[in-house]
Amino acid sequence: MIAVEQISKKYKGSENFSVSNLNLFIQEKEIFGLLGPNGAGKTTLISILCSLIKPTSGSFSINGLTYQKNKNKLKQLIGIVPQEYALYPTLSAYENLKYFGSMYGLKGKNLDDKINAALEHLGLLPFANKPIDTFSGGMKRRVNLIASILHDPKVLFLDEPTVGVDVQSKNVIIGFLQDLNKKGTTIIYTSHHLNEAESFCSRVAIIDHGKLIIKGKPSELIGKYPEAHNLEDVFLTITGKALRDHA
Amino acid sequence: MHKLWASTYKEILLLTRDIGGIAILFVMPLVLIVTITLIQDSTFKTVSDAKIPILLVNNDQGSVSETIKTGLSESNAFEIILKAHEQEAKELVFSGKYQLAIIIPEKLSEDLEKKVAQNVEGIIAKFGLEEETETEPLDIPNKEVKLYFDPATQVSFKSSVKNGIDKMISKIETQSIYKAFQEQVSDDPTEVIFETENFITFTEILPQEGNEEIIPNSVQHNVPAWTLFAIFFIIVPLSINIVKEKSQGTFVRLRTNPVSYATVLGGKTIVYLIVCLIQFMLMLLVGVYLFPAIGLPTLQVSGRLPLLFIVAIFAGLAAIGLGLLLGTIAKTQEQSAPFGATFVVILAAMGGVWVPVFIMPKFMQTLSNISPMNWGLNAFYDVFLRNGSLLDILPELLLLLAFFLITTLIAITYNEKKNAV
Repeated sequence: MIAVEQISKKYKGSENFSVSNLNLFIQEKEIFGLLGPNGAGKTTLISILCSLIKPTSGSFSINGLTYQKNKNKLKQLIGIVPQEYALYPTLSAYENLKYFGSMYGLKGKNLDDKINAALEHLGLLPFANKPIDTFSGGMKRRVNLIASILHDPKVLFLDEPTVGVDVQSKNVIIGFLQDLNKKGTTIIYTSHHLNEAESFCSRVAIIDHGKLIIKGKPSELIGKYPEAHNLEDVFLTITGKALRDHA
Repeated sequence: MHKLWASTYKEILLLTRDIGGIAILFVMPLVLIVTITLIQDSTFKTVSDAKIPILLVNNDQGSVSETIKTGLSESNAFEIILKAHEQEAKELVFSGKYQLAIIIPEKLSEDLEKKVAQNVEGIIAKFGLEEETETEPLDIPNKEVKLYFDPATQVSFKSSVKNGIDKMISKIETQSIYKAFQEQVSDDPTEVIFETENFITFTEILPQEGNEEIIPNSVQHNVPAWTLFAIFFIIVPLSINIVKEKSQGTFVRLRTNPVSYATVLGGKTIVYLIVCLIQFMLMLLVGVYLFPAIGLPTLQVSGRLPLLFIVAIFAGLAAIGLGLLLGTIAKTQEQSAPFGATFVVILAAMGGVWVPVFIMPKFMQTLSNISPMNWGLNAFYDVFLRNGSLLDILPELLLLLAFFLITTLIAITYNEKKNAV
């Protein structure tokens, strides 16, 4: 489904590679977690896979398609939920969704039905016509998610989709994503919530300093480290307890 | 097409949600045009309501100084305030309380009369019409009319006053010479020997629309110039709009959507062009209806509206092209807003909005040829003041269109290169 081969990325002016010779294969209908400390290279990898930035070297394909040859087909195939709220603050939730849905060629009743169904599923239908800048963080995250799935993407990339939201919103979002996955959407997501990743992901990969350290099912990884009780223990054992502040 | 329409509709929504922004977009150009026209109106009027107070120290008290005083009063440009002493007048002008003081020297009339009479006598004697006298000619010193200007006075005002007074003095001298000859060759002072009226006169031939002359006034000059200035200011909100898309993350989302940057910019172009045309229409309405109500000349648009709107569309496109390019290149609003505003002022200066291009230095005149504001202004003047047709303004329209296409193409190419994957 997603084949990443020897991908590396070095930003201009940076001494180190943000992603270094990374190989990865993600199966169809997987929920794949990309985990790692701050600055590990998770967002860079997702940005490369979503065609937002160009890798320094290496290649990748999604469903056998590459951006160089099938840019628009690939864009139709994937959805991305960015870390920031990529929404127009003065437009209502409905207006935002209508616009972003239109960019995928959706229109008319079909688009309206999809918007209403998603808003209802995520508990936002009563607020559909309120401007985004009156929404709480959790509500914005949910609209941000809907804007990325209206075109029924085969692959959904989520960059920390539950950051800064309350437990209720988080549960609704995770439940919604699990439903999408059951319908056949492959999900690749990054998170710092390791408990969430442990229960949500079918497989995870831990990345540090741009390199893939380990990958596998959460239960398998926990089993590899006898002293580890959960994924967080595994994570700390692998990446260490030192702070990862950088500027 | 559906994506272009959706993008256009989104831009309309974004614009209409910002009431303060809309007010600024539409009201400020109107305030600008009314203010500038009110200020500049007097310079176009032959009879001005606002007279400039000037000081006159009349040490002569003769016929010459009376003629100068009457000439200044009748020009209707000045209010004459008499002062007794030169020093007082000088201090008042140099302290900025008055723009100008004119000091007429003592015995100006008497000495001018003597000097002219002496010269005329000499000429007549040379022709043998009168016996040459043995007496030595009197030594009459040259007279000097002193002008004190406030140092803050603009050069154009100084030149205009100096020219006016010089002309008046020349006329007085000529008349004195004629009078002296008259006295020498005729005993009857009422006999007309010389015609003192100017032999050479000039008439200004103005362009005509039908049988009517197009008389330029402050409104016909200011509305096109400042309308163009306001239209080009669209660069600022448009570039901010694009930079905002980047900073709020929506641009990142759009880059992952199957939509081209050209379509996104197309939506913005349509909406901001509509804004430009509404601005233009409002300014025309102000010129036609508000100006006469506040004592300014009416803007004459009859028969010219279609051409005026064509110029406004192409000028608007040129401005939008520049806004799209600036917004695409700028990373922050702090970059785009001040640069956009300053650049419009530079383009306006280069384009001849403030100072006519023909009086600029050669180098600036050449630069002016590549200012889109100059093309737009020429096209507007062709329609407003030169009674031009579509064919006359076609070169300017093509230049404006080319400018829009080139700037937009650069913006799209820059974006593609920057975000190439």
